[in-house]
Amino acid sequence: MATAATAPQDGLPATPESVVVRFAGDSGDGMQLTGGQFTLSTALAGNDLATFPDFPAEIRAPQGTLFGVSAFQINFGSREINTAGDAPDVLVAMNPAALKVNLAALKPGGLIIADTGAFTKRNLDKAHYDANPLEDGSLAKYDVLAFDISEKTIEAVKPYGLGNKDALRSKNMWTLGLALWMFDRPREPIHDWLKAKFKSKPDIADANIAALDAGHAYGETAELAGPLKQLHVDPVPSAPGLYRTITGAEAVSLGLVAGAQLAQLPMFFGGYPITPASAILHHLARLKEFDVTTFQAEDEIAAICAAIGASYAGSLGVTSSSGPGIALKTEAIGLGIMTELPLVIVNSQRGGPSTGLPTKTEQSDLYQAVYGRNGDAPMPVIAASSPGDAFEVAIEACRIAVEYMTPVMLLTDGYIANAAEPWKVPNPADFAPFPATFLDKPNAVDDEGGETFLPYKRDAKGARPWVKPGTPGLMHRIGGIEKHELTGNIDYSPDNHQRMTDARKSKVEGIAVPDQQVCLGETSGRLAVVGWGSTFGPIHRAVDNARRKGMDVSHVHVRHIWPLPKNLGALLRGFDKVLVPEMNTGQFKTVLRDQFLIDAQPLTKTSGQPFQIAELEAAIDKYFDGVDGNEGGQVAVNDEQLPSPKAEND
Amino acid sequence: MNAPVKIETTLKDWETDQEVRWCPGCGDYAILKAVQRTLPQLGADPKNTVFISGIGCSSRFPYYVESYGFHTIHGRAPAFATGAKLANPDLDIWLVTGDGDGLSIGGNHLMHVLRRNVNMQIMLFNNEIYGLTKGQASPTSREGTKSPSTPIGSYDHPARPAAFALGAGARFVARGFDVSKNLPDVLKAAHAHKGAAFIEIFQNCIVYNKDVFNDFAAPKGAEDRQLWLEDGQPMLFAGGTKGITLDRDALSLAVVDVTDGDWEGAGVIVHDVTNRSIAHMLVEMPFGPFPMALGVLYDDPRPTFEDAAMAEKSAVSAGKEANLAKLLGKGQTWTVDGTAQDPV
Repeated sequence: MATAATAPQDGLPATPESVVVRFAGDSGDGMQLTGGQFTLSTALAGNDLATFPDFPAEIRAPQGTLFGVSAFQINFGSREINTAGDAPDVLVAMNPAALKVNLAALKPGGLIIADTGAFTKRNLDKAHYDANPLEDGSLAKYDVLAFDISEKTIEAVKPYGLGNKDALRSKNMWTLGLALWMFDRPREPIHDWLKAKFKSKPDIADANIAALDAGHAYGETAELAGPLKQLHVDPVPSAPGLYRTITGAEAVSLGLVAGAQLAQLPMFFGGYPITPASAILHHLARLKEFDVTTFQAEDEIAAICAAIGASYAGSLGVTSSSGPGIALKTEAIGLGIMTELPLVIVNSQRGGPSTGLPTKTEQSDLYQAVYGRNGDAPMPVIAASSPGDAFEVAIEACRIAVEYMTPVMLLTDGYIANAAEPWKVPNPADFAPFPATFLDKPNAVDDEGGETFLPYKRDAKGARPWVKPGTPGLMHRIGGIEKHELTGNIDYSPDNHQRMTDARKSKVEGIAVPDQQVCLGETSGRLAVVGWGSTFGPIHRAVDNARRKGMDVSHVHVRHIWPLPKNLGALLRGFDKVLVPEMNTGQFKTVLRDQFLIDAQPLTKTSGQPFQIAELEAAIDKYFDGVDGNEGGQVAVNDEQLPSPKAEND
Repeated sequence: MNAPVKIETTLKDWETDQEVRWCPGCGDYAILKAVQRTLPQLGADPKNTVFISGIGCSSRFPYYVESYGFHTIHGRAPAFATGAKLANPDLDIWLVTGDGDGLSIGGNHLMHVLRRNVNMQIMLFNNEIYGLTKGQASPTSREGTKSPSTPIGSYDHPARPAAFALGAGARFVARGFDVSKNLPDVLKAAHAHKGAAFIEIFQNCIVYNKDVFNDFAAPKGAEDRQLWLEDGQPMLFAGGTKGITLDRDALSLAVVDVTDGDWEGAGVIVHDVTNRSIAHMLVEMPFGPFPMALGVLYDDPRPTFEDAAMAEKSAVSAGKEANLAKLLGKGQTWTVDGTAQDPV
């Protein structure tokens, strides 16, 4: 990217294989919107991509402050993209605070695009800058393109008679226009989107379009004058078909709808607002024509209890939350396990414990999912590895819940929930239906040879019958008290409790889970890197890079956390070493050790940010440097990556 | 909710084969019998009837009624019932809770099921004590109640269940007590009300809070201490020699003497079950200076939650096709050659 004589090295070539751009500004600057639209135009250009929206917990933190900075990172390229990228090549900084918070992540030689109009004394003070970094030479190792975007935006939208404050709201569109020019992207889709968005306010639409066009035009002019250069990223070859971008929250919602359809059941969704899970409630609330009922309950407990009540009455009950809300639902999950009713619980994990980091990502609810209940309360747990994967995983959760009459926990995280990726639109007909069956007649014979009904008589899978209230002749009572192994009547007797505990355990352990595959590399060898959930992207790319360097390393990514695939233990024993990177202090590593007695080594990171490919490559390298014992460990925390200290509430 | 078709049943049809596990002499037995006696009179259908309870002595109730039953977790019965009702509005749901279950751990859910107005009958058995956990003071225990957890006597102010319900937005509030012969009538009125119908049932815990309601429930002198309300009838008690009037200056209720049956002359007011202001006064009427207000205190239906949910669902679904393939491909899409397509 660097063409100026003073520019540092490491700049981008004119046709880079991949580029990472980070848009950063005040939380009121519309950076998420800018990023979202840039993502769309990138997808339309045929690049593969991954995004990482990173925003503060505050809705509108005081303007110009460090903790009010909102950023959106996108990695796109002409090769397969697995992560949102380690370090940006281009940083767009809409104010001093955005520059300060994000500068450390920028690649040496990277390009900074800054709005001088926002680098006022007041904003510099708020960002704790003693001097203007655009002028004091402190950015010498980067390319800097600094000009007054604020002024240029006001100029561009002048014909529309907006006040300065309203005019400045189009700053993000001006910036987007420049970015579209930089990467040779058409403006028409954004024009169309603006026209649709501001249908009732054509003036605002026109002003934004004017700003977008002005930013685009500026690029052409600036190219002649300075360090800015147009880049072309080739489309990535991919399978033929229809594509769209999708976030994890959208994919979970669509997967749940598909799952309910495949089960031929109405869906009941009970939710309570919580970051980052609320988006699922929002999506489903607009899909009522799919026989979806959404219920915003008075609290997390009521949300799950209503979902269980709906399952009891014959719907597919679903609830969704994040760690603190899941904690509140725990007692009800136990009742779902005890009464053996289908239920899907989505946990969009965030940084913990307690309120923790509401808008940051973590994988630290694995123990909670697998072990976190009173009593021996086994429950299947499955995890989505990417936004697109969440669709299939949601269907799988519905299938297990209905076929085995059990609550199922689906783990995603803040990264998957918010991040977008291109998604090849699946054909619903490709998924095998698993229609629910309701018992409507007696299922047993009593001592006198007459027909009778046993609510807890199990089928070959260990599942009890599902009987809807309203069914004639099958009236019965269920509840959380230990019950007789066949009649379901209250039964505290020692032998019965032993048998019921065993039955609940063996039902879940017996769930049919596909054998574990190796997703990259050989099925045995020197090192297996074992991941679960949203670490898929960085692990996959790091293992790929290591293999290209000749290292004997494989990537194993586990979807079924509980019960684990039956072959997993044997598979992992085929490797000399097992490394488990996860965004917690080593929870899945402990489960693997416990279940298989293998020497799984942890690689942990809890900074609220996803793993970087480089961090994983460094960890893999250690296994091949010939130094014994120099493996695993903890990823050194990069202070600049830490979330804002002010994250509160939600 | 009324079952669509009246079904012929007898009291026996509503009994299960389960051994009832309440203490001998517990007021719950009388309530159970009153319910089992009332259900046939309602023409209730066992297959559509669901008893949902929380945790506590009262919450064992579903095991003893031959219908569908769900014994859930402490305090949360209203949430389970709300989900079940939304999933199948045809179910006739009876909620069984107690003063601890409904007003302490489950106070939040009780408030919301009432304000949402989910159609069901909510029976709160108030015995002013925690029975199943062996006798601790409850949120309705009177000040000074000595219990294992309050050995010197409780000092927190008791909640008034009927006042709580009305304050939460209930459109039906009634009171009765376990051995009252009028209890079935109160239950019938609750069942006839379409919406959340709240019934406070004073219940004698003979082990931990014996005869705590005798001051008004004891047969001897009951006439003087019980005001049985009836829509359109004057608020009379003590054999018609006393009545309730409205002190219009103080905006409060007052007891007046009625001589020779001239209640009108004495200014006794006529009970109007739809009068919310008077209902507020009745639920707050202090026992002692006043009799205990019993029967249907307030009954003024309004649209139910599940009806609104169903109406919205059918309105937003009208004319829309539930086509999953189309839904998945919605929004701005592209094919591999990079051609943008119109949103589906």
